[in-house]
Amino acid sequence: MLRFILRRLLQTIPVLFVVATVTFFMLRVAPGGPFDEEKRIPEEIVRKLEAHYGLDKPLWQQYLIQMKNLLRGDFGPSFKYPKRTVNELIADAFPVSLELGCYALLVALTLGIVAGVIASLRPNTASDYVPMALAMIGICFPTFVTGPLLSNYFGLQLGWFNPGGWFFPEDRVLPALTLGFYYAAYISRLTRGGMLEVLNQDYIRTARAKGASESRVVVRHALKGGLLPVVSFMGPAAAGLLTGSFVVETIFNIPGLGRFFVMSAFNRDYTMVLGTVLFYATLIVLLNLVVDVILVWLNPKLKFE
Amino acid sequence: MSVAAELPNLTPPDAIEAEPGSSLWLDAWHRLAKNRLALISAILLILLAGACFIGPLVVTNTYYEQNLALGATPPSARHWLGTDKLGRDQFVRILIGGRVSIMVALCATFVSLTIGVTWGAIAGFVGGKLDAVMMRIVDILYSLPFTIFVILLMVLFKDFEARFRWLEDYGIPFNLLLLFGAIGVVEWLTMARIVRGQVMSLRKQEFIEAAHALGLRRRRIIFRHMIPNILGPVIVYTTLTIPAVMLLEAFLSFLGLGVQPPMSSWGLLIKEGAEVMEEYPWLLLFPGGTLGLTLFALNFLGDGLRDALDVRASKD
Amino acid sequence: MSLLRCRTVQCRLCVLLAVVLCAFPFLTGCGKRHTRVETGIRDQILHAGNGTDPQDLDPHITTGEPEHKILMALFEGLVTEAPDDLRPLPGVAERWDISEDGLVYTFHLRTNALWSNGDPVTAQDFVNSYHHMLLPELGARYREMLYPIRNAEAFSTGRITDFNEVGAKALDPHTLEITLHSPVPYFLSLIMHNSWFPVHLPTILKHGDIAERANRWSLPGNFVGNGPFVLKEWKVNSHVLVEKSPTYWDRDNVKLNAIYFYSTENVDAEERAFRAGMLHLTKDVPQTKIQVYQQNQPHLIRCEPILSVYFYRLNVTSPPLRDKRVRRALALVIDRELLVKHVTRGGQVPAYQLTPPGIPGYEPRARFSEDVALAQRLMAEAGYPNGNNFPGVNILFNTHEGHRAVAEAIQQMWMKHLNIRVTLRNEEWKVYLNTTQSMDYEVARAGWGGDYIDPGTFLDLFITDGGNNETGWSHAEYDRLIQEAARTGDMKKRFELFQKAEDILMDEMPIIPLYFYTRPTLIHPAVRNFYPTLLDLHPWKYVYLEPPSS
Repeated sequence: MLRFILRRLLQTIPVLFVVATVTFFMLRVAPGGPFDEEKRIPEEIVRKLEAHYGLDKPLWQQYLIQMKNLLRGDFGPSFKYPKRTVNELIADAFPVSLELGCYALLVALTLGIVAGVIASLRPNTASDYVPMALAMIGICFPTFVTGPLLSNYFGLQLGWFNPGGWFFPEDRVLPALTLGFYYAAYISRLTRGGMLEVLNQDYIRTARAKGASESRVVVRHALKGGLLPVVSFMGPAAAGLLTGSFVVETIFNIPGLGRFFVMSAFNRDYTMVLGTVLFYATLIVLLNLVVDVILVWLNPKLKFE
Repeated sequence: MSVAAELPNLTPPDAIEAEPGSSLWLDAWHRLAKNRLALISAILLILLAGACFIGPLVVTNTYYEQNLALGATPPSARHWLGTDKLGRDQFVRILIGGRVSIMVALCATFVSLTIGVTWGAIAGFVGGKLDAVMMRIVDILYSLPFTIFVILLMVLFKDFEARFRWLEDYGIPFNLLLLFGAIGVVEWLTMARIVRGQVMSLRKQEFIEAAHALGLRRRRIIFRHMIPNILGPVIVYTTLTIPAVMLLEAFLSFLGLGVQPPMSSWGLLIKEGAEVMEEYPWLLLFPGGTLGLTLFALNFLGDGLRDALDVRASKD
Repeated sequence: MSLLRCRTVQCRLCVLLAVVLCAFPFLTGCGKRHTRVETGIRDQILHAGNGTDPQDLDPHITTGEPEHKILMALFEGLVTEAPDDLRPLPGVAERWDISEDGLVYTFHLRTNALWSNGDPVTAQDFVNSYHHMLLPELGARYREMLYPIRNAEAFSTGRITDFNEVGAKALDPHTLEITLHSPVPYFLSLIMHNSWFPVHLPTILKHGDIAERANRWSLPGNFVGNGPFVLKEWKVNSHVLVEKSPTYWDRDNVKLNAIYFYSTENVDAEERAFRAGMLHLTKDVPQTKIQVYQQNQPHLIRCEPILSVYFYRLNVTSPPLRDKRVRRALALVIDRELLVKHVTRGGQVPAYQLTPPGIPGYEPRARFSEDVALAQRLMAEAGYPNGNNFPGVNILFNTHEGHRAVAEAIQQMWMKHLNIRVTLRNEEWKVYLNTTQSMDYEVARAGWGGDYIDPGTFLDLFITDGGNNETGWSHAEYDRLIQEAARTGDMKKRFELFQKAEDILMDEMPIIPLYFYTRPTLIHPAVRNFYPTLLDLHPWKYVYLEPPSS
């Protein structure tokens, strides 16, 4: 298994390289630059700024310099916040998103898997329809609907929480629930689907025939196979959750990384885009590795290759 | 002496007709037809699609006529589902929005099922280096900044806009085609991962090993034996992709890539409704409800399909 | 689990879920506690929503309004604004003399003005600051604000290299003499802008190169300013905290102890925070809630006009728009009353000229009135009777719900009254800027806010090849009038020239004015000395918190 993990980690390098290169060129080709403003700046000031940041050099040269810096782990200064470096900004924002993401992940996995399992045990009955109906509602009313709803109701009407901000411990609750519900809806549907597949299998019938209790059948035998699609889905989903959600962070005014992903693209903050993209790419690769390890663990017939 | 004479008389007392030969798909079709809930859902979806494409042509209110002085009003006799901030009839707008959303959903489903399933199946089945390369490509595509990609597509649009202006008269703006392109690029990725996971776990099952032993070609194994067995999660995930893609379309239209006003889509209507949900809740409720209805129908249809295609279900 | 008769798996799971969900409110401690607003009133700490996250707190690099508001707390210029009408009051300068010809301003600085690290504020500090601002290498975007100083532009563009030739001199540690190259009647209003704020040069040099944009002097811990407040905390995407300065010369009259400037990018979230008692002030109000507040809680909302105009640019080089009659027709057919009453709803004022009202002494004469019949006639004269042969027109706007609503309404008005084909296009901000700057549009939404109180800041947009013209419109007489106004010291004469220029603008119509902005704000009744002003500036040293007496 160790060799497998090492090999996958080695594969990360070409992935990051390709991502960095493609992103770099995508950014340069996109219209608009970091210095464009509504009140037009005189040409020569733009030229000065470009010279300052090295944007006046030929593109291939800029690319090489950027790659060299990236290898050193130096993402450079942000274009939007001249006084801060990208490393700093990510280091400040990521822990916030990570915290929120972990809570949301907890909510999503708990609610989702439990609801999905319950639904799958007695398909096409009330205990199936009710959780699945709730999941449907969760899917059609995404975070930009449930967020303000929760914020208005629990925050303003009931006054149990602040409607936004990230100052007090209880500020974590509403955004975690908002984000968690949405993913829980997906997870519950996928769990139900996966469990239904598995519960029809012969070995489950055998276990039941041998007299195992229902909970033992479910937890010890069915779950491992039933969670397969969920596990595959969770790779990129977890990466997305942990790096923050733009929508939730905007609604609840949370200083996380999610906002940077979208805002830096809008601001053409070249260095920040590259920083966040590479950060996200690394997480994706790592989490997919974790998912693959889990997949093998779930199905003992597979072996690491 | 002939062999026949030695054999006992095997003619059974009642003739049992030989069952006509049947394939997997035909069996599935029969089973599906018997599933009432799925049938109702299918009919509902067809009716909804019909309403969306034909409805705006027959209804008296239009989707673009504004009545600024009227503003947003709750459902009334004249406007069955109320009006929006600019005084436009919501009922027609939901219908016309359905056109875009349905087209977007079909595009995403198509891409997801063709590219996603094939990619994932091949990667999961073949394994080894090919799997590594294919999955790393998926990782790369995941990581690229989608917003920038969309903006680049818009740049492309500008160059070709003039040539395709005539499409707009039919309600198909050129940037809708670009929208499909953008969606196509991202929607198959997660499906590929899920299918790969499923295929990898199925690979070691006995019936696949049997197929190998029989000498079946890999392609045949993948498409005839593997894929029917993973249809469960595939169908479930497809029904999940559709709402996600409709909301993605709202984000893209927000960026300027999707539909332009006065055209709308369910995603956009929901987004606009969410902004005013305290003051004009019907602007969120009805588009959301329509999307919900569609999802429910898709869900039951999907379940029906999955039950029908379940190879392990007994024939009685 | 045997206390509940749970046998089946799903039953047990349900119970587990129910327990967890019910525990939530107790874990988080529901129940009323003092709101942040209430403790703020008690402790004289103001919690203000500030809009977009500030990029930087270096007054010479920033360009945005949210930054300006924070900088007004951290720095003080030669003059400050009166809180109610923004007239110039003594700041670092106690008094000033203006020469007869209006070219030489002599500022006498007070002797007790100190930087936050204890250093005295001297005239040389101001000279050094102008030097910093005008350095070619710094690339300060607002250095044009200093161009009235003699030779400032020459130095900034590198034509001269000796800063001593620039018209800013420290005659002695407390006397600053500024020489202009032509009279600027609104000079005292001009120098209230943050580009004229002094910076502490030794601090800048301590943390890096003088022209280095990434110089970390403006971060908390390094920061040195001379304003009524000092920088305590600055968390990106969260807030900026400033506290009362112990060294400010007028500290005895500063009542607030601290101000939190929150970054509130989402206007709905900001409004919720206000309702929950987390903010005393907001930057903006969601469009749909303006009327709700005005009807139910009018004492909490203000919608005061500001010096900003919302208009549509017309690309006069694009075929159908070359004809003045077409442009006028498009302008005459828009029902602005309907627009501000039902679409924007913020108490905006319909605009029939470019310059917003409120500039003392300048009431634009030029105006047009909406006239659908005339518009149809003009279109017919231009060769498009009832919209025939008209190639259609496209309205570009940057992604924003409000702009979309306005564009949709205008699209309908044009289609209905002129029977022409109108399409809409929205682009994300940077793409939109690129498109308008390269004039790749037909009609584009635009807005412009005045940096100082003078009609020039609006009218000189449209001189030939002006950087912010972006319409391709060029008119020799207009250029001449504007240039002459720039040279004239007599306010009345200037205004007369501006009136003539505005007449030309409204006749030629390269732009279609739509409405003048208002600034809707939610404001807690305890906030005092926070007056509505034309530039939406509120000097923080006068603001304080006192609960309403009733």
